[in-house]
This record gives sequence, structure tokens and C-alpha cells, in this order.
Amino acid sequence: MADAAQPDFEPEIIVFACHYCAYAAADLAGVMRLDYPSSIRIIKLPCTGKLEVIHLLRAIEAGADGVYAAGCLEGECHYLKGNLWARQRVNHVKKLLTEMGLEPERVEMYNMSSAMGVRFAEVANEFTARIKELGPNPVKRKGVSPYAAAREAASEIALPEDTDTVADQPNRPLAPLATTKEG
Amino acid sequence: MITAERKPFDKILGLVGESKKVLVAGCDTCVAVCLTGGEKEAEILASELRIEAGMNGRETEVEHTSAIRQCEWEYLDLISDKVDQADVVVSLACGIGIQSMAEKFATKLVVPGVDTNMLGMPLEHAVWLERCGACGECVLGETAGVCPVVRCSKSLMNGPCGGSHEGKCEVKTPEGEEIDCAWHLIWERLKAQGREDLMFVDRPPKNWSKGSSGGPRKMVRVEARPV
Repeated sequence: MADAAQPDFEPEIIVFACHYCAYAAADLAGVMRLDYPSSIRIIKLPCTGKLEVIHLLRAIEAGADGVYAAGCLEGECHYLKGNLWARQRVNHVKKLLTEMGLEPERVEMYNMSSAMGVRFAEVANEFTARIKELGPNPVKRKGVSPYAAAREAASEIALPEDTDTVADQPNRPLAPLATTKEG
Repeated sequence: MITAERKPFDKILGLVGESKKVLVAGCDTCVAVCLTGGEKEAEILASELRIEAGMNGRETEVEHTSAIRQCEWEYLDLISDKVDQADVVVSLACGIGIQSMAEKFATKLVVPGVDTNMLGMPLEHAVWLERCGACGECVLGETAGVCPVVRCSKSLMNGPCGGSHEGKCEVKTPEGEEIDCAWHLIWERLKAQGREDLMFVDRPPKNWSKGSSGGPRKMVRVEARPV
């Protein structure tokens, strides 16, 4: 179990953000010059419905202190129900973490629209504060960058950061976690 | 289809014990279709075991693999290299697959990661209902295609008991949901087919020895045996 809050603890947080909403909201937050913690590292997905249990677990396994999915507002998913699927999967991972003895609060599902830049920053601050309270993920592995490893593990579903469309992304095979190094 | 449910995580941990090299072996047939023990679920369990080991500072190597069917020797050959390297194999196959694995790799510790529970059908996505008891002597021809062996809580063979009320059984599922009375369903369907007379046929006691009550069963198809 994690130690009590440490004052100099800078969490590493992975965000699986939907291309259509949360990713655009993050952009907007940037344009609006809003402050949010640098602990947030974003992996862009075509839809949070692509997110599976294993991607969340791999991020935790790689040492991420917290992981959240940010999808469209409920009822407004570009693919109709992707965000609802994601919520079910996040809830399932919460159950698995509890079984393992890890805090279920380390994973979460948020919803926002592309116009909600302020909400994006708010969620980032809120979640970072929550993780600071929980302390570091006890599963830290030397030489493994949680972001690089989580991104690699999600390579089959993630979009390159510079893509503007979600069309025709090739599926890439999963690389073994151990080979993913810092930087 | 054979269905199974994953064992609770702490039970699996108990079975794995202090083993340093763990292989989680999925099966890509029945248990994959019921979303319990395919390659995907094997990968999830492997990740969980690594996280738990990491949390508690144990050096445990956990790999995962899957066989197309764990219940056939030929498919087990394909994963034997990985099995050889493991101290313990957590099999996510049904009881048949787990036993095939334990027999094929008799010097290995093979433990179950799932509880095999029934022969069921998917009623809708991610919902399964028991449909067959493998009793060895099918009566569906006389019961309008509704199996009283598994769909009647008491496995009655000659009509409903006194506990049937408005088409529902007096027994509820563990979740408290109502169960259709199998004999009510049989009666309604026989009526719709104009075959009500079948309801009044005297049936001799069922020969349960053709099912699991008769000891382990064996089936040989002589005409298909290798020559």
C-alpha cells in the first residue's frame, strides 16, 4: 500500500483522452492559458470506447500513479456509446485494483465536451490532488517511464499526437513492457 | 458452450503461492467466448499478478499464453515451451482443459484460475443461461425443447411441483431473480404445438446412471478410430 502523502511527490498521471472531446478540451485549456499540473501525460484515442481493461492495468503496472479516461459527455459520444463502455471498464479495473489491495481511486472516468477547457484543467488539478493524497504507486520499476510504457502498451489503439483525423490508423503489435526504457 | 467464471484474485494468489515463475494459460475456445479465460483475460490476470508482486516487493516473473483448445494434446504441444519454463501454470480453461494440461505436463503444478459452472447459451451479450445437464439421455423431443433436467430446479421429469406459481419457480437465483418454471414453459409450448397429450404420457424413472451419477463416462467412435 502507498505511503502517506509526501510533500515533494510529483505524480505521473496517464490520461486516455478522446480525440473528439477531451483532447480538444486540453487544446482549448492551453489556448486559454489555464494552469494545470505537468504531471498529466495524454494519450490520444479515437474514442474512449477503444480503451480496454488491459491498457489501464498496463499503465498501473508501468508505475503510473494514476490513470484516467476522459471521454465525451454521456449521450454525446461520436460513436454513440464508446464513453459508456469506457466507464464500465474503468469501474471493472477499480474492482480489480481493490482485489489486489491497491486504491481504486487511482483510476477514474471523466466526461467533458471539446468546449470545456476549464473543466479539463479542473479535472487535471482535482485528480492530481487526489493522487498526491494517495501517495506514489507502490509498483515503481527502475528505468521504466510510465508514460512511454503505457503509450507502447496502448499503441494498437492510440493516435499519434499530431493527427487531425482518426481514419485508417494501422494496428501495431504490443511490445513487451520490459523493453520500454526511460526517455 | 462450456462457461466458467474467474476465481477471486486472492484464491488464485493462494494457489500460486511462492512460485517465482508463473504462466497464465488461456484457452481460446469456450472460455474465451464467455469472456473469462481467453488470451485477453490471461493477459489481464498476468498483469494483475505482476502488479500485486510489485506492490509487495516480490520478484515474480509472470507470462501469459493461450492455446486454441487446452483440451486437446496437439494444441498443448504448441505452448509446451512456455509451460516448461514456468514453476506454476494458472489455467483459465474449463475443468477439461485444466486436467488435460495437468496430465500432459504431469511434473508441473497446474492450478485452476476459473470455476467451470455450466453448459450454457448466451441469452444476450454477456449473459449466459444454463441449457444442458449432459445427462446422457436427451428428453427434449418430449418436452418441447425445454430441458427439465437443468431448467427445473428439482430436475423433475413428470410435470411441475406444487411450488410453481404463475409460471415462476419457487426457487430464485442467488441474485434473487425469478426463474421460469421449466414445466410451465413445456406445457405452454406443447399447447402451442397441439401436442398436450405428451404431458400425460407416463414416463418411467429416468436412468441417471447415463449421466454423471454413473461414474466417469467414456465415448468411443469405433468407425472413426485410426486404423
